[in-house]
Amino acid sequence: MQAHAFFFYIFSLIAIISAIMVTASKNTVHSVFFLILDFISISCLFILIGAEFLGMIMLIVYVGAVAVLFLFVVMMLNVAQQKNQWFGATSGSKHIPVGMIVSLIIFFELLIVIGGWKLKPDLANEFMKLSTTVVTNTHSIGNVLYTDYIHLFQLSGMILLVAMIGAIVLTFRKRTGIKKQSYISQISREKNDGVELVEVKNNEGVKIDV
Amino acid sequence: MEYLNILFLETYKILFLLLPVLVSVAMIVWLDRRIWAFVQKRKGPNVVGPFGLLQSLADALKYIFKEIIIPASSNKIIFILAPIVTMTLALVAWAVIPFSEDFVLADINVGILYIFAISSLGVYGIIMGGWASNSKYPFLGSIRSAAQMVSYEVSIGVIIINVLLCVGSLNLSDIVLAQEKIWFVVPLFPMFVIFFISALAETNRPPFDLPEAEAELVSGYQTEYSGMMYAMFWLGEYANILLMCALGSILFLGGWLSPLDIFPFTIIPNPLWLIIKILFLFVLFALVKAIVPRYRYDQLMRLGWKVFLPISLIWVVLTSGYLMYFDLLPKN
Repeated sequence: MQAHAFFFYIFSLIAIISAIMVTASKNTVHSVFFLILDFISISCLFILIGAEFLGMIMLIVYVGAVAVLFLFVVMMLNVAQQKNQWFGATSGSKHIPVGMIVSLIIFFELLIVIGGWKLKPDLANEFMKLSTTVVTNTHSIGNVLYTDYIHLFQLSGMILLVAMIGAIVLTFRKRTGIKKQSYISQISREKNDGVELVEVKNNEGVKIDV
Repeated sequence: MEYLNILFLETYKILFLLLPVLVSVAMIVWLDRRIWAFVQKRKGPNVVGPFGLLQSLADALKYIFKEIIIPASSNKIIFILAPIVTMTLALVAWAVIPFSEDFVLADINVGILYIFAISSLGVYGIIMGGWASNSKYPFLGSIRSAAQMVSYEVSIGVIIINVLLCVGSLNLSDIVLAQEKIWFVVPLFPMFVIFFISALAETNRPPFDLPEAEAELVSGYQTEYSGMMYAMFWLGEYANILLMCALGSILFLGGWLSPLDIFPFTIIPNPLWLIIKILFLFVLFALVKAIVPRYRYDQLMRLGWKVFLPISLIWVVLTSGYLMYFDLLPKN
């Protein structure tokens, strides 16, 4: 149990420090790297409490896909050199009020969750069952997700699909004047379409119509 | 004291796994160059040691003694971190590869997800290297490679779902044991082909080696690297290739199982079967490198998103429909 606690404190320390560094670091790309470190240490915490499926999914989805896109955007927009004005800013940043509101909401949400556990301890035990039952937690998540919560699950899938299509429609624009290759016309081209034999008279040349 | 004992034992096991992997990476580089040369009617490296076997070690020695040049305008910490990340991630994933039923370092429940996660982290080494170099070619190369790896990961993930539907477990040993009757390469042959091609793209191998297309990008994200740091990128890349071959043989070619459970095949011990299968897939990798010309970037993206992803998604529907209809879904 000691080793368990040791690793828990190491990973949570890394998580907290890197979460602070996300906002504090001056270089935006560094912020994203710290965010990635934060994700990784949080997935390690998930694995420590026995939720290995969640931890791995966290790694695959957040670190493997979402954070890569973050990095892409930050690198492409060239905001890397923009100075972060959180610490040592002369005048108050405009983002602080919004940030305060968001963090207050998250704080109260946390209060509600922890308060719920304090009021009804058996609620917490329900969750603890996940890591203690004989079946792996992949199985137990699947059992819950595809039976009790199937409608919510499908609904969230539909919302994601709509969001994806919406994003594609918003950014899609038909541009004129670009040359595109059509694979079908390239492959289905035959000798008759491309080659023409022309009788050429001497000293007269030949007119080729396009 | 107890923890220390466990620590020593685990360290010993890890070394016992990692040293062969590192040595075989060196050997595999030699094999790659040899096969490439034979296809082109050359001899390839054949001077250092018997058949040139020690060529890679000689190269590594040279890399070690070369000076490491760090560009003045680079982001030094990330520049140094990038090859370390690549190499570490390539080696860490070997922890869950089962060489036989009881010969595996960490027999975890979500082994396949672990490998998938680690291989999706591999893109960071490349992005970090490209960005920190603060130079045009590496940056372009890393952007290309990140888009490429993220795209092909999607189809690899869907292919893995196909296999998981037939197994009913995320554990790699269970995946191998589920193939005792028939290797998954037979019922899921199209998926095996797509997996192989996606693995080529995932490891930035030719014909998908656009991140380091030397005609356009000098050497892609590796342009500014020198000495041991370059060698670490190189080792990480080949360790990743070996890992993909191992994953392919575990998912489709029955891992450590022998093709038939009769006399001449059973002499060969189980781990050796896995190694033979890995080598077989690697020879295919090397042959593809020698034979196929490089893809253009838009063709690569088209292949990943418009061909592989729909086919593998449709195959998921087919596989699950088939398993459901004939009541073959694994139960536990």
